[in-house]
Amino acid sequence: MKELEYPFDAEAILRKRKKLRRSLMEDGSKRMQKRIAVLGGSTTHDIVSVLELFLLDAGIEPVFYESDYGQYWNDVMFDNPELAAFAPELVCIHTTTRNILRFPEIPDDAAAVEGLLEETYQPFVQLWEKIAQRYHCPVIQNNFQEPYFRIMGNRDAYDIHGRVHFVQALNERFHAYAASHDNFHICDIHYMASCYGLQKWSDPFYWHMYKYEPAVPAIPEFSYNLAAIIKSLYGKNRKVLALDLDNTLWGGIVGDDGPENIEIGQETSVGQLYSEFQAYIKAQKDLGVLLCVDSKNEEENALAGLSRPDSVLKPEDFVMLCANWEPKDKNLQEMAEVLHLGIDAFVFVDDNPAERHIVREQLPGVAVPEIGQPQDYLITLDRSAFFETTVLSQDDRKRSEMYRANAQRRQMEAAFTDYGAYLDSLQMEAEIGAFSPVYMSRIAQLTNKSNQFNLTTKRCTQAELERYAADPACITLYGKLADRFGDNGVVSVVFGHQEDAVFHIDLWLMSCRVLKREMEYAMMDVLEEKCRQRGIRKIRGYYYPTAKNKMVKEFYGLQGFARVSEDDAGNAVWVYEIKEATKKRTAHIQIREAGA
Amino acid sequence: MSREEVYEKLNEVFRDVFDDEEITVSDETTAADIEDWDSYEHINLIVAVEEAFGMKFSMGKTTGMKNVGEMVDEILRQAG
Repeated sequence: MKELEYPFDAEAILRKRKKLRRSLMEDGSKRMQKRIAVLGGSTTHDIVSVLELFLLDAGIEPVFYESDYGQYWNDVMFDNPELAAFAPELVCIHTTTRNILRFPEIPDDAAAVEGLLEETYQPFVQLWEKIAQRYHCPVIQNNFQEPYFRIMGNRDAYDIHGRVHFVQALNERFHAYAASHDNFHICDIHYMASCYGLQKWSDPFYWHMYKYEPAVPAIPEFSYNLAAIIKSLYGKNRKVLALDLDNTLWGGIVGDDGPENIEIGQETSVGQLYSEFQAYIKAQKDLGVLLCVDSKNEEENALAGLSRPDSVLKPEDFVMLCANWEPKDKNLQEMAEVLHLGIDAFVFVDDNPAERHIVREQLPGVAVPEIGQPQDYLITLDRSAFFETTVLSQDDRKRSEMYRANAQRRQMEAAFTDYGAYLDSLQMEAEIGAFSPVYMSRIAQLTNKSNQFNLTTKRCTQAELERYAADPACITLYGKLADRFGDNGVVSVVFGHQEDAVFHIDLWLMSCRVLKREMEYAMMDVLEEKCRQRGIRKIRGYYYPTAKNKMVKEFYGLQGFARVSEDDAGNAVWVYEIKEATKKRTAHIQIREAGA
Repeated sequence: MSREEVYEKLNEVFRDVFDDEEITVSDETTAADIEDWDSYEHINLIVAVEEAFGMKFSMGKTTGMKNVGEMVDEILRQAG
């Protein structure tokens, strides 16, 4: 919804939020439901109601638990039965510098200040550990904003008695905890407050009058930033930046001006501005965001522009290059098809308002930010938080390489007439084994974002997956696939549970980047063998249809299962009888069992 | 700004905040007359009125206004 996209009108959101909520709820879109506990050290009413809007807009329908005023610690530590019954899937702890009960005083010596730091920090650690142990769910914790006044002026920053110094020391502890714990995320209000302007953010009027921190006018800004973390945790991040070229990645029009005359590089101030923007995009690529060109240009001119020695982005940084005279929305659709991605994975960046308008009209799922003037491009993209990085896996960093390798495979495929011979030529090797800690973050990431090749679309937090891995009644499997063109990393996740002599498959998913490589056969062979070793006689598979997983409707049939039931909605149950010995399904992949 | 002009703008704010196109407020209107007007919505209402008229109410006024008429008096006083 346009009103809720960055840069938004915070005043209008606050004033019209009931109406906005009503139109979101009436738009008929399907949303995942999530139980979110917001535990506050200050009033959270408006924070929650605005957060709800941003989440609804992203396809998440939250149900909230709100602690009574200031009860964030007691609710958890003394097991408030209401919170326990709510069984949160996510806990947000909304504390701020207002919740620091004691600051150092001038007579304190260094040991006393250190003691006070620990005294302030430890209750938070207790809180986080209790949540992890009691609710096994992710925690989002605010850090602390700068104090809005300084007792000693500038000295406050470095003197151990300074409040600014104290807040920094606390934040360091919070950040170190976040860096060493999965499932724990910092909501960086320290940064948000400085972007917004600390004096307005922490306007004491709203604290003393209503016990609000941040100030009410800053709440949409705060809630948007918090929503970005939540969206990322539930797999709602975007994946692709589709970029225009002329006056978007450089100044001028390469087809008219010639590649030697476009503005990029260090020669002019406009060139420097575009270089900084390109460097920002390149850094996003390094984090795993896929880059595409969507430009009205002759391809040779586009390549000439990107091949300038002072262009930060090079042709090989892009997984697809659509420089042609087709409508841009048509190019976007083609990219989605070739990359096996939904259209809602795309962010379209173009300086031309007319092009943005067409894409917005034709493809409502695509994010089309109002990027403003060239000096605004970077900030608009950055603050829109399309690619909020809550988890950073090896795979993210290698994603572009893998997509490019896929393009090479497709070229090779074209050279073979026999598909089996093509698969053999790939020299595929699979590593399959029970969930292991090194791959946990990737397994959680796949579980929460795979839509198409996903039989049950069961979403789980990393903590839940860790519990399945430790449960003796469960069999868990991850699958990695490598071939002559490169390592695809973890591409398949399967788990289920045993009841007597029957095994139930609770989740079966595979990344679309390895479609038609027979990796699913390799996974099923290993699963069948594991079941056989446990004396299991039957495997039951379930298919629950969604808007996106039609491709696997007949999956279990192809694996030798028989359909036993299917209801009107298409929910189907399949069963497979395990025999003494069966022919392996896998014909083209070398399987190595991890830990075997 | 006349009292009528203030009311015209104020009615728009009330309609947005309470998402009810039927609302028309008068001097005598109080929180008891509007169903959703609780202490949380009061905060939101005050902030929306302040933004709409480009002014700030003091802490005393924020809690002390007994009805919409007093709010209009204060707006007119500040608009001076």
